[in-house]
Order: sequence, then C-alpha cells, then structure tokens
Amino acid sequence: MHLAVAAPFAYAAIVPLLHRSFPRVHTGWFVLPLPVALFAYWLSRFAVVRSGVGEEARLSWIPSLGIDLSFHLDGLSLLFVLLITGIGGLVTLYSIFYLSKTKERIGRFYVYLLLFMGAMLGVVLSDNLIALYAFWELTSLSSFLLIAFWHQRERSRYGALKSMMITVLGGFAMLAGFVLLYIMTGTYSVREMIPQVGALASQPLFFWAMALVLVGAFAKSAQFPFHIWLPDAMEAPTPVSAYLHSATMVKAGLYLVARLTPLFGGTSEWFWLVSAFGLATLFWGSFQAVKQTDLKAILAFSTISQLGLIMCLLGLGSAALAFEGNVSDVYVLAMTAAVFHLVNHATFKGALFMVAGIVDHETGTRDIRKLGGLAAIMPITFTFAVVGAGSMAGLPPFNGFLSKEMFFTGVLNASRMNFFSMEAWGALFPIVAWTASVFTFVYSAVFVFKTFLGKAKPEQLPTKPHEAPLGLLLPPAALVSLVVAFGLFPDIASYYLIEPALASIYPSLLAPGDDFHVHISFWHGWTAELFMTIGVVAVGSLLFWQLRRWLGVYGRLPRQWSLNALYDGALEGLERGSARLTNAYMTGSVRHYLLYIFTFLIAVVGYALYRTGAFGAIDPGYPGYAPICIYEAMLVTATLLATLSVPFARSRMTMIILVGAVGYMVVLFFVLFRAPDLALTQMIIETVSVALFLLCFYHLPKLRKETTSRRFKLTNAVVSVGVGAIVAIAALAASGTNGFESIADYYLEESYHLGGGKNVVNVILVDFRGFDTLLEIMVLGIASLGIYAMIKLRAPRQVDRKGDSSNES
Amino acid sequence: MKANDVILRTVAKLVVFIILAFAAHLFFAGHNDPGGGFIGGLVTASALVLLALAFDLKTVRKVVPVDFRIVTAIGLLVAVLTGVGSFAFDQPFLSHTFAYKELPFLGKKELATAVLFDLGVYLAVVGVTMTIILSIGEDR
Repeated sequence: MHLAVAAPFAYAAIVPLLHRSFPRVHTGWFVLPLPVALFAYWLSRFAVVRSGVGEEARLSWIPSLGIDLSFHLDGLSLLFVLLITGIGGLVTLYSIFYLSKTKERIGRFYVYLLLFMGAMLGVVLSDNLIALYAFWELTSLSSFLLIAFWHQRERSRYGALKSMMITVLGGFAMLAGFVLLYIMTGTYSVREMIPQVGALASQPLFFWAMALVLVGAFAKSAQFPFHIWLPDAMEAPTPVSAYLHSATMVKAGLYLVARLTPLFGGTSEWFWLVSAFGLATLFWGSFQAVKQTDLKAILAFSTISQLGLIMCLLGLGSAALAFEGNVSDVYVLAMTAAVFHLVNHATFKGALFMVAGIVDHETGTRDIRKLGGLAAIMPITFTFAVVGAGSMAGLPPFNGFLSKEMFFTGVLNASRMNFFSMEAWGALFPIVAWTASVFTFVYSAVFVFKTFLGKAKPEQLPTKPHEAPLGLLLPPAALVSLVVAFGLFPDIASYYLIEPALASIYPSLLAPGDDFHVHISFWHGWTAELFMTIGVVAVGSLLFWQLRRWLGVYGRLPRQWSLNALYDGALEGLERGSARLTNAYMTGSVRHYLLYIFTFLIAVVGYALYRTGAFGAIDPGYPGYAPICIYEAMLVTATLLATLSVPFARSRMTMIILVGAVGYMVVLFFVLFRAPDLALTQMIIETVSVALFLLCFYHLPKLRKETTSRRFKLTNAVVSVGVGAIVAIAALAASGTNGFESIADYYLEESYHLGGGKNVVNVILVDFRGFDTLLEIMVLGIASLGIYAMIKLRAPRQVDRKGDSSNES
Repeated sequence: MKANDVILRTVAKLVVFIILAFAAHLFFAGHNDPGGGFIGGLVTASALVLLALAFDLKTVRKVVPVDFRIVTAIGLLVAVLTGVGSFAFDQPFLSHTFAYKELPFLGKKELATAVLFDLGVYLAVVGVTMTIILSIGEDR
C-alpha cells in the first residue's frame, strides 16, 4: 500500500525526464497509465474492504513522537481513493487534449498533478493524524502550484496566493487541534483514539480540539466564511478545476469530518457547528452562483453550495451516534445521503467542469453574456451539459435527484428532532434547504440555457466554434454515463461504495459480521420530498423566466461588506502595518540591530537567571570551581587584551585580525579542555570567516572618523559589558549546578555500542541527533540561497532611498 | 587581489592539495577521531578560499567548474535520501547501521551508513560556504 501511495511521487520525479526525452509525444500519455493502474489496484482490494476488515500497512517514521506512516484502507478511504485515481485518470486524458504540448509547460503540469494525486492518496489513507496533516499541506502546496500554472497572469497569482493563505491557515488550526487530541489521548492514530471516546468528551480541551479541527476542514472544503478562495482558484487550467476543485481536494474537509465523526459525533457542539455551517454555505453558495456570468464561476459557487449540502448532511448524520442503535435509522439515512451525494457530486460536477472547459477551448470565452445557441454546433457537449446540470438541479432520472430527495428527507427529519434544542431551530433546515435548491435549479438552468440555447452570437466569440475532438469528449462521457447509471441503478453505488463507507463512519453501530444495507429507490409514493422537488422546479422555472427582473437584488449589498473585501483589506492592512512596524526599527544600521538583539538577550537571560536564583553562582568562594592554572590565566589575559584593543584599531584590517585572534584564543581553550572536534571546527570557521571579512572589506572605503554621538557609544559600552556579564554568569551557573543527571554518560557508553564510532561528537551528530543535523544543513542551504538572492538577484540600486549613500559598515 | 604574490601563489598551489587531502582524511576519520562531514566540508572550503586569496575568484571558478548551489542541493538530497532509505529496511526515518567488512586492498574496515549521511552533510557544507563566499566576493 505504501508503494501505491509513493508511486505518484516517484513517477513525478521521472516525468521531466520523459518530457525532455520525448518532446514529440504529449507527456500526458506517459502519465495516464499510472492513475489507471492505481485505480485497478484499489478496485482489486474491494473484496477485502467489503468484508469489513480493511487493510493496513505501517511504517515507522518518528516512532519516538508517535508519528508513523500508517495507512489504513477501509470503506471510506476506498471511496476516496477510487475517486482520486478514477477522476485523476479521466482528467489526465482530458488534459492531453486540453493543454497544447508546444505552448504550455506541460512537463511541470504533470509533475504538480502527480504530486497532488500522491498527496491526496496520503490524506485519505493515513491513519496517523500527523502524517495526514503532512499530506494535507502537500495538497495545499500542489494546488497552489496548479492554480498559479499560468503565473504570468495576475489573477492566477492572486487566486493561488489566496487559496494557499486560507487553506494553510486552516491547516495550522487543524494541526493545533490534532496536537490537543494527542494530549488528551496519547496517540495520533485515529483508530486508537476512537475507543477512548467515552472518556474524551468530558475533557475541557475536547471542544477546542473539535473547533480547531473543524476550522481546517471548513477552510479546505470552502465552507462559509472560508469559501472565498474557491472562486478565485478557478484561474487554474480547467482540468485542474475539474479535478481539485470539484472532485477531490475540496472534499478533503468532508473526508476529515466523516472520518472524525466516530470521535466527535453525537455531541451537540459538533452537530450544530457542522450542520449549521453546512447549511449557511449551501444557501450562500447557491444564492451567489446565480449572479455569476463566467461559466467556471457559476460552477465554483455551485461547488461551494454542494459542499455545504454534504457538510450539513454529515452534521445531521452525526446525531446517530448520540442515540446508539435505537432511533438512529433516520440519522443514518442522512449520512447515507451525504456519502451518496458526495459520489454524485464528483461525477456530475467533474463532467460539468469539463463541459465548461470544452466551451472555453472551442469558443475562446466562458462569458455567458457572449455565449448562446451552441446546442446546434456542439450537440454532444450540449447533451453532457443537460445531463450534468439536470443532476445538479436534482431532476429525475439522474443520480442528483436521488441524493437530493434523500437530502430533503434528512432535513425534514431534522425539523422533527427533539434534541440539541432542535425544537426551536429545526424548522429552519427544510426552509433554507428548499430555498437553496430553488437557486440551485436557477443556476443550473442559467448554465445550460444561456450557453447552449437562445440566439447564437458568433461575432462576439474570439474563435469559430465547432464540436470538440473525441479526446475532450471521452472523459466527460464517462462521467455522464456514471451519472445516468447511478441514477437508474443506485444500488450499484450503494453496494460498492456507500455501504462500506458507512460501515467505517459508524463502526460502533455495527455488530461483528454485520453490515449496512442501503437500498435506494426512485419512487416512494407521494411524499413530502416529492412535493418539495415539484415546488423547486415550479418556483425555479418562474425565477429563471423572470431572471432579469430580480437580478438587481445583488447590487443592493454594498461591495465593501463582502468577505472578499474583508480578506483584501486584512491582507493590505497586515502589509501596511508590518511595513510601518519594520520601518520603525529597521534603520538600516547593523549597530542598531545588534543593540536591540543584545538588549533583549540581557533582559530575557537575566530574568531567567534571576528567577532560577542563578546569581548565587558568582560567589567566588564556591567550592565547586577548579583551580586556575597559570597558562589559563595567560590565555584569558591575551583574549581580553585582543578584545579591548578592537575599538581602538584604526583600520579594518587590524580589527579583523584582532577579532580573529580572539577566535584563535578560544581554539586554544578548546584544546586545553580536550575538545579536539570543537577546536578544529572553531579554527576552520575562524580562518574562513577572517578570509571572508577580508574579501568583503577589500572593496569598502577607508574607515571614516567616528561620528556617532557620545551617548550612543556609551549605550554600546553598557550593553556590551552587560552581555559579557550575563553570559559569564550563565556559564558559571550552568557548570555550578547539577540539577539533572548529565546525559553525557549515556552517549559515552552507547556511542560505540550503538553507533559504531569512537568519536562521540560525530556519532551524536550523525546517529543520535541525525535529524537535527539534517535540518541544520537545510537551514544553511536556505541561508546561502538567501544570501545569493540578495546579492546576485537584487533590483538595481535605488538612488533616492534615504541614507543609502551614507550607509555604515 | 591584484598584486602578483609569487611566493603566495606557488605555496598555495601545493598547500591546497595538502589541505584537500587532509579534508578527505578528516571526512573518513570522522567516526572514530575528530573530523566528519561538517569539518571536512569546512576544510575543503578553506582550501578553495586559499586559492581564491592567492589567485582570484575567477581562477576558483575555472579550477572547480561546478555550481555550488547545485552541490548544496545534491548534499541535501543525499542526506534526505539516506534518511528515506531506512524505510526500505522497515526502519524509522534516519536509522543507521554499520558492519565490519573485508575490503580489497584496505583490509578489515568499518562500513557505516552514517558515512552516506555524512557525505550529504559534507557536500551541503562545501556548497553553502562556497556559495556565500563566491557571491559576496564577486559582488562589486
């Protein structure tokens, strides 16, 4: 299983090679076999999952912190991996025809896409929350790269940055939530946490862990008020939108909510947060979608709205856990509807995005004000659009109808619940849901009718429209046939996907060997749900007919009240605020910076020493001090002399050499105290840095007469003496106290035995604390790149900058 | 460094190789004696700095025609891959092992995977130091 997750990453590494070696073949053809093979592989695991056992694979990562790469395949993750690889394959096929192999940098495109695929597989398979978080952030990162794929466009960069900011900030909150969970349960493994639920709910941190995790899930799944990134993410190439922003990545939040339902579900806070935010998103998304004029923007807001719908159902379904077993059928139904709609949404929205891409590709625009009458020119695309939009609007006989009916059942049940103070607010659910469905119907109609019917306006189109090539039609055809198949034979979906997924969401509701039986049928008689659907169609048609009359409503809301304005304003304010703050202390003089740093050091270390009572260490009569030899005293004197003469040196060369001399004295100290490694390192560092200084100062003008004020000099003197005193006291206090048993003995004993080396320092560096070393050299590498960038890639010097001509050394 | 220091240059030509040999020694001695990737890398860099002082930076570029930023990248990659490599043997990240093996010419020697990691450290340190020195030194 690890191999299957690692495969996209490994493949991503060789894609650039393939791209370069076979420039005449579209790179997509090389990529295509991978998702197909993975899809087949996951499908072959179905029997194992269906039996309810699942599969697991574990690999230690950082065992000392409880972090493992442990993957677990159950019904829920199977549903997602099939979506990821299946739609991934179709999108790859689609992109081969969508992206030109000569004009676009497709080599990179597929690297990003594969990175994303691997990250997403990791998210849905990880059982360890930290591993899940790592993969989660990787999806944010690869999505950032994909959205900014056309990075020469300003809107693309803006959209990429926005999605990254919001999802990564959400991710941080989620990480904090995970850590809180770890504090409470002592494990990062979800499956090990679930048995502890009983004791968990009474913990004071429980609510905060839940809220923080939900922030992450909401940010990723574009729930209100975090939804604003999704429309801007539509600047990505259309295959990306179809893949990431409708089928997979945005569903990661839903996945997480479903995955953690056994943990948090059944508490009133979880129920209210998830279902209320879902409901708000459902309404707001559908309301906003109607006014959009860009095909992809309509779909983006529609996605937001549908994600809200699923989220709301997940919230309603979580109530099942509050009443284990007895009345729970109603709530299990809501969860079934959530899972079913999740599958349906992936199929029809993926198809619709591809339709939008085809329209864009073949006509050169996505603006519905310019489009119209394409049905005659693109009959096949038109058919796909009708099926997809019909499913989106919840019309029979498509799969969207079935899940929409189930959604209505779910919210109607919600209004009859008498727990979690649903008596007062429960009636809101069916009302809001019904209203949102009306808007859904309206924008679905806008999508189809404004694009494909009406009067053709070929003179407004950038290119002459014609039907798309077969390669662009095949992937949406596959998805559309799934829409119809799941619509007519829903029990296929329920047997293969929904029942196993439910079993893994509600493990506690099942006896061993038991499983869920979900039977979805078309006709349940003249029920309230059916009348609601009829009402949606009737009112929706009326609203669409009168669209021009009431579209003015949207202008009423002042622009600066929108969340987008808030985001932009916050970002701008942050930028302005930090610029002001930076300008306040960034004087451009290193001396000032050092002064700040050292003053702070004195304050912090001094306070710490005071609090720990370390000042007692300066008592000269303390018996723990070793006697001072004559040559030690000589070395100290020499060091002091060298240091003291630095301020009086007349040329830079002298200064450098004096400072170097201090360094070499320290080397001698190391030698005296038998630390050859340190001595060696210090000596070389000293040599290299003196040489570096010489190189630098060679170009500088001669030292000018000191012009700084006497007060500044005096402050400097005080601060430097203070630093020296504090460091000396800290050193004395550290050597004088033996609060803990020294760890040195452990290393001395074990380094040869465990690491096979006699040099303890080096064994610590590479064996015991290898992770530190690894990160250290990474920091070094980043620092060197920073220096390189500052020096080599800087903008031409600005003459008018204040104080630039008289800068100090 | 326009002055033509004949003595410095002649000595430098010789000494650079001695320092490099010393660096190699330090690198391999690391596990049992003072030394290791970090120090070895620094010594190597100092040899190149000596070359730069005696001649000039252009000469260094000509003698060692590599992009040191890429050296850093390779070093980091080697170090990370050593860490990842332990997954292949079902061990936690960055687990090391060692064994004593009979080698041709060298006799019985200790072979440790830590050396691979150390090689990564070595390359990264050389790359970082030289990147910094070259970019500062060449700046006018």
